[in-house]
Amino acid sequence: MTDYKNLKLIATSNPHIRSSETTRSIMLDVIIAMIPALIWAVISFGMKALTLTAASVLSCMFWEWLYRKLMKKPQSVGDLSAVVTGMLLAFVSPVTTPHWTVIIGAFFAIVVCKQMYGGIGKNFLNPALVGRAALVASYAGIMTTWIAPGEKAPLLGGSADVVTAATPLAYMKSGDMETLTATYSVMDMFLGKVGGSLGEVSALLLLIGGVYLIWRKVINWQTPVAYIATVAVLTLLFPKAGSGVEWMLYSLFGGGLFLGAFFMATDYATSPVGKKGQLIYGIGCGLFTVFIRYFGSYNEGVCYSILVMNCCTALIDKYAKPTRFGVVKSDKKEAAAK
Amino acid sequence: MAQAFFGGVHPHDMKAATNEKAIEQLAPPAEVVIPMSMHFGAPCTPLVKAGDLVKVGQKIGEFRGLGAPIHASVSGKVKAVEPRPYSMGGNMMSVVIENDFQNEVSEEVKAPADPDALTVEEMIEIVKNAGIVGMGGATFPTHVKISGGIGKVDHVLINGAECEPYITGDHRAMLERPEEIIGGCKYLAKMFGVDKVIIGVEDNKQNGIDMMNKVIAEQNAPVVVEPLHCRYPQGGEKQLCQAITGKQVPPGGLPSNIGCAVFNINTTICIYRAITTGMPVVNKVVTVSGSGIVEPKNVECPIGTPVSALLDACGGVKDGTYKLVAGGPMMGMAQYTADVPVAKGTGAILAFCEKEEQTVEHPQCIRCGKCVAACPVHLEPLFMYQYAAKGMVDELNEAHIMDCMECGACAYACPARMHLTQMFKTGKQLVKDKMAADKAAAEAKKAAAEKKEA
Repeated sequence: MTDYKNLKLIATSNPHIRSSETTRSIMLDVIIAMIPALIWAVISFGMKALTLTAASVLSCMFWEWLYRKLMKKPQSVGDLSAVVTGMLLAFVSPVTTPHWTVIIGAFFAIVVCKQMYGGIGKNFLNPALVGRAALVASYAGIMTTWIAPGEKAPLLGGSADVVTAATPLAYMKSGDMETLTATYSVMDMFLGKVGGSLGEVSALLLLIGGVYLIWRKVINWQTPVAYIATVAVLTLLFPKAGSGVEWMLYSLFGGGLFLGAFFMATDYATSPVGKKGQLIYGIGCGLFTVFIRYFGSYNEGVCYSILVMNCCTALIDKYAKPTRFGVVKSDKKEAAAK
Repeated sequence: MAQAFFGGVHPHDMKAATNEKAIEQLAPPAEVVIPMSMHFGAPCTPLVKAGDLVKVGQKIGEFRGLGAPIHASVSGKVKAVEPRPYSMGGNMMSVVIENDFQNEVSEEVKAPADPDALTVEEMIEIVKNAGIVGMGGATFPTHVKISGGIGKVDHVLINGAECEPYITGDHRAMLERPEEIIGGCKYLAKMFGVDKVIIGVEDNKQNGIDMMNKVIAEQNAPVVVEPLHCRYPQGGEKQLCQAITGKQVPPGGLPSNIGCAVFNINTTICIYRAITTGMPVVNKVVTVSGSGIVEPKNVECPIGTPVSALLDACGGVKDGTYKLVAGGPMMGMAQYTADVPVAKGTGAILAFCEKEEQTVEHPQCIRCGKCVAACPVHLEPLFMYQYAAKGMVDELNEAHIMDCMECGACAYACPARMHLTQMFKTGKQLVKDKMAADKAAAEAKKAAAEKKEA
């Protein structure tokens, strides 16, 4: 019979089994969820969409690798979170952005925003949005040039020699619904036959990706649903031009709302951990998005609304705590009465 | 289907390895080692010394305060009374009995003349003398639970959830010993004066549910089987109460606070046996399973049987076995030796040789919130981890760390493989130490003040 004395046994704390889900598998799911939108970007904007995304992903991975190497920290490129950041940074940039620009954006995203705060899970702002915000502040012209739908971006070179067009949000900012409805139908907006950032144009494909993430239990429905519903209600009740329903649909499908709601606002590190908090956070994102679109100087409010709510996450986490087990509502009332 | 509890996880149940294997009787071991602590409470005092002859069912350990007596599980000669390794970690005073294989039953074991004529007090006395404790693993003395619950309890629940993966002992008992379970339920109903006992069973044991329903119908017993959706930790006492009655046990409270009393399937069988035959707890059904076991089985063995004897009965362990667990994979204790004995609360012995243990070198929390969603007692494990790691005792208290029951659901769900449960054990100790220090300081202050006054 076996001699049990020779067994090399390890004695660790329970539990002795773990779920198959890992940080890497979660990030892989997010990447998979973004692939349809990436394919659509290549179809509508040309191969530049792919090379720009590749440049962004590779530079994010490179910056992460370099920082961890220089700081003598355990290597973390393998968790694929830098790949997600890279894809998102490309998704929120116009397809005509030169490759070198996203490399700079990637530096701000990975080094300044993420690694300097301690790496994955420690950053309090969404890295891709910080990268975009840094680029918008530094290269406003590049970051707000949109090629007309149907035009293909040249692989190299800037945006000087392409046909540009106003995005739906630009028309909406000026309240010019007549030109907007004449240029783009609601269906164009939903499917993504419009101008805009590389990965944000097709609400349909982003919705498919988002549903995939919810189905895979990577994200909770609370944040995206609260976010989109808040924007829907506000734009339905207070249209700037045209009918409420029409204005609402253009508001929902225009700009980066779906990309932001499903892929940006749900970023683990920068959003509340509980479902209650996620609802509050989603509503906050929706409010700020509409405020910026209506009253701000930018056409689009998704990026800054999420960054603003990122700053509120710690506060939301502090107050939106789960109810302690065993404390039922009547107990609370009694305690309050005392 | 019953209402659900909040949180929890869905581990693969891994029960297929043993759920169709009938309970086997282990060949009597040559020696048993009976630890004097197999219950919640202070250890028992040994009543025998080396050289004494003992018989099956003879009382060999007496409890003080909260506890339950301990009985010899084989007949033979006491070889030693000395500290030995036991499954809860470290050493414990144990009675080592050399088996004479005569299986002589002690004169102390007497069946009542008419079990159905016993009064409630007599039944509780029998349960107490039989050394019955929560056999699911919590090992709380059953007689205390019964006497403390009478008058307060209107829901008597039998815990047949068996939510831990791998373990199938209760499932087999439902199939092979349904009369004893239902019989035990009847006595419990009588003791608590309730007209219905509810057995909660997870729906991965459908044939067990059917078997018990058949017996209930035959006997027209005051028992109802409530199928439950599978989810860990459904077999946690508070979770079972919540799943079946929808009520939550208040913080720091007991199920009796919401009118519930919960008994394990095995405990119920022990109650039935004690009342009908007078036999105390001397045997235990153990599921021996896991990737490292050559031939997984359900084995019934005398209490005190060394784990190595159980492993031998199951063909031994495979090469590369790196972990031996007493109990389920979620809450069991990893053992450093196969010499530890089977205790009253040991429902399973698991050996692992594959990649069950998934650790990463530098776990880094990604704030995904899956631990918050998994926690059945509504805690926020990720924040508690930070507080415990930094020794922030006041914050730990405010985060209600003492509500944590160390079920391991958070650590199971954690994609970053953080050592959450382990850190909470440390954190709880920090809180206890601080409470003890505060108490000592307050007493010293009071004593100083009194001295001053005098």
